[in-house]
Amino acid sequence: MNLDTIFQALVSGILTGGLFALVAIGLTMILGVLKIVNFAHGEFLMLGMYLTYYCYNVLGIDPYLCLLISIPIFFLFGVAIQRILINPVLKSPMEIQILLTLGLFFFLQNAALFFFGPYLKSIKTGYARAIISIGSVNFSSTKLIMFLFSIAFTLVLYVFLKKSDLGKAIRACSEDSYGAMLVGINVRNVYMIAFGIGTACAGAAGTLLMPVYYVDPYIGLTFVMTAFVVVVLGGMGNYIGALVGGFIIGLTESLGAALFTASLKQLATFVIFILILLLRPTGLFGARRM
Amino acid sequence: MTMSSPGKKLYTVLIVPLIIFLVLPIFAGSYLLHIMIFIFFYAYLSQCWNILSGYTGQFSLGHAAFLGVGAYTSSFLFSQYSLTPWVGMFIGALVSLCVGLFIGHICFRFGLKGAFFALATMAFAEILRILFLNLPSMGGAQGLLLPLRGNAPLLYQFEGKAPFYYIALIMMLVSVAVAYAIERSKTGFYFKAIHQNEESAEALGVDTKKYKVIAVGLSAAMTAFGGTFFAQYFMYIQPDNTYSTFVSFDIMLRSIIGGMGTVAGPVIGSFILTPLAEITRSFLGGKSGAHLMIYGLILMAVCIFLPQGVYPGIKKWLTRFQSE
Repeated sequence: MNLDTIFQALVSGILTGGLFALVAIGLTMILGVLKIVNFAHGEFLMLGMYLTYYCYNVLGIDPYLCLLISIPIFFLFGVAIQRILINPVLKSPMEIQILLTLGLFFFLQNAALFFFGPYLKSIKTGYARAIISIGSVNFSSTKLIMFLFSIAFTLVLYVFLKKSDLGKAIRACSEDSYGAMLVGINVRNVYMIAFGIGTACAGAAGTLLMPVYYVDPYIGLTFVMTAFVVVVLGGMGNYIGALVGGFIIGLTESLGAALFTASLKQLATFVIFILILLLRPTGLFGARRM
Repeated sequence: MTMSSPGKKLYTVLIVPLIIFLVLPIFAGSYLLHIMIFIFFYAYLSQCWNILSGYTGQFSLGHAAFLGVGAYTSSFLFSQYSLTPWVGMFIGALVSLCVGLFIGHICFRFGLKGAFFALATMAFAEILRILFLNLPSMGGAQGLLLPLRGNAPLLYQFEGKAPFYYIALIMMLVSVAVAYAIERSKTGFYFKAIHQNEESAEALGVDTKKYKVIAVGLSAAMTAFGGTFFAQYFMYIQPDNTYSTFVSFDIMLRSIIGGMGTVAGPVIGSFILTPLAEITRSFLGGKSGAHLMIYGLILMAVCIFLPQGVYPGIKKWLTRFQSE
């Protein structure tokens, strides 16, 4: 174990952490606004990866250009899912809501298995092999692009939530949907849009991840678990918390893989998860009440 | 949630399928027996889950942890020390009880509720899966292959499926009896009180934490017996078919479709879902994923249209039958 390995792990952890943050921000928005624990969130990411894969391999569309396709498609997909599936259970007990998203998770995962097959798929872009070196630390350009886009999305989303009328309405619903309704906000529409934005985050994350990683139908579960850890760490419904939490978990996993073995890296994540749940269930930075 | 005490007619209704179940292995082929074994087995596991999650409302998404602990304990003791799984399964249940009490104690001590408890149980199961994947003494990712001893009833090994069929049937009946006894006991009333309103139960003097921990422990110990059965039936276990999140889902789905917090729910759910899963698997076998896709659709439909499960409907029909 030398210092270079540690630096390498730190850089890699921060780059991955940016992506975790993007996935988690979508999840935390759905959780904060609709109070829905969305187990299908990782499946949106998985579908985003497949969409990018087929856009590249069949239509020859550059993965990063594919963002222009995947973001609107996943926004509309999320809106439709909210309308058809989530809306009927919004007033149901928590376990029914969990079960519904679990059902959606099962359906999407196995639809992917059925239609796309169980094999690992990856894309080979011209720039995938471009390596950026700073001193002794190397990382691929695609990972850097993934990181920069993720951070950019997160910031745009943050400014949108802080400044725009719609963003303010979303935050109002997240704090008190009844109060929001009383001041004339169309809560039903806000729920739909929030779910759409959350889904679009996961879809965009999938597109950004495709040039870096491989896709198979089972990838969603890993990511949704990680995203839950990030969300709980940052505080449910807390956007800045999700960003910081993403970096913490990214660093934990890459340092865990460097210090122990790669197969054990998730262990550290889950242990942190349980500790946070037990000791600070409101997250490191406080949460909106769930 | 009052239950009318079942009248004499209901017993006669139940006697008929019981007799059919008892004599079925004489006529049935091995495939039908296999499906029946799975129906009983999942009804058993789901009943164990139901005792915790259905009655007390503490939603576990990690029951695979207890199944895995049971399966690994008895199989490890058998393959390393030649200890018969008939004894090993009790040790497995004991270990699982400890794991359950540990998880329950730390979760409820810190007041985990609802979705938080569900996520914590899921994380515990994942931790065990990753640990066992990395434990060479437990076979790692390759898993444990149990030594074959031919027809050895004393070692929980049999030729043919009929003995397994009867074991699974007995397990299911025992679990139903346990749930039935709990439902009528003081403990059962405490469980239901916790489910309906924990604060009120606490205010009325119920030690809610204690009874929640009892529910986890009981459910964990019972689930472990299912783990040993699973290991002996397949003679092979690995972390991905015991500790996996999908096993947890498989276990809970039966109760949800049948009706959570009812004695009959898990059994009804298993009779609906297990054959459906097997049939879609064999019809669409070439294309993997199809049967789980149908699972997902059923689950979503149940949540939207039948959030109580199918049991309330069946109960209504039965009471009409009784009054005639």
